[in-house]
Amino acid sequence: MKWGIVTFPGSNDDRDAWYCLEAVLGQEAVLLWHKDQDLQGVEAIVLPGGFSYGDYLRAGALARFSPIMHSVVDFANAGGPVLGVCNGFQILCESGLLPGALVRNRSLSFICEWVSIRVETTRTRFTSACSAGECLSIPIKHGEGCYVADTDTVQSLTDNDQIVFRYVNETGAAERAANPNGALHNIAGVTNPNGNVVGLMPHPEHAVEALLGGEDGRKLFTSVFI
Amino acid sequence: MLAKVYVTPKKAILDPQGKAIALSLHALAYAEVGEVRMGKYLEVQLTGLSHQQAEQRVEEMCQRLLANSVTEDFRFEIVEE
Repeated sequence: MKWGIVTFPGSNDDRDAWYCLEAVLGQEAVLLWHKDQDLQGVEAIVLPGGFSYGDYLRAGALARFSPIMHSVVDFANAGGPVLGVCNGFQILCESGLLPGALVRNRSLSFICEWVSIRVETTRTRFTSACSAGECLSIPIKHGEGCYVADTDTVQSLTDNDQIVFRYVNETGAAERAANPNGALHNIAGVTNPNGNVVGLMPHPEHAVEALLGGEDGRKLFTSVFI
Repeated sequence: MLAKVYVTPKKAILDPQGKAIALSLHALAYAEVGEVRMGKYLEVQLTGLSHQQAEQRVEEMCQRLLANSVTEDFRFEIVEE
């Protein structure tokens, strides 16, 4: 399967995502430059982590207007699978492909640690290889990962099965102490109504080899092609 | 012509930066300080627009880019330089 990974000025996990897909999972993966509009016939897209445009104005706010994003939005609206990780999640929210927004961590600290997230739905393109309620160990590294949305949006996310991941403790409970950044209802990732666009703060591409601390992240990618 | 744009976190959104600033002001013995909210201030230079056109254009700029409607409120004033 052919994957495209978008490189924005300031992206820094684009090559990690490329390594994960090409070297670890044996997929074909190309880096797509933010100024291009041609998606080169890719069948799935990753918006990687990093600090696109230096996080100027708001994280993800300027990347949203990159030329490639017109093509990414069309691709997503046509049902193509799009995964946004960390800064990629912020870009998906800013572009309106996903509801809500990500704001400064409640602690005001940049957090870099392994967390446990629970799979809340397996109906998305990126969680179909998981089982519902399964917990995955995946690292986070962000300063602005606190998910917020208004009450009506949260209700519709719940009603439409759009909450994909929640931060949980070692027993799988979404308690307050397990919430690293203050995210509303411990939300770590959400999807669009169709389930083809998924955004999350944790980095599955950093959890694909035992040498790196774990392999749980693989399932998000294998969900798309197995 | 200059647009002075103020972007502030919505009341319903927790503002940890404002909270931290309030705590620091209290630590400096400014006991009169209540809540602090931290936002952004932007100055946008404009040319070739009437005052009314400027109002419309800046409103649009705020909605499309300068503020995120999920988390932020905005207000602005247009001033002649």
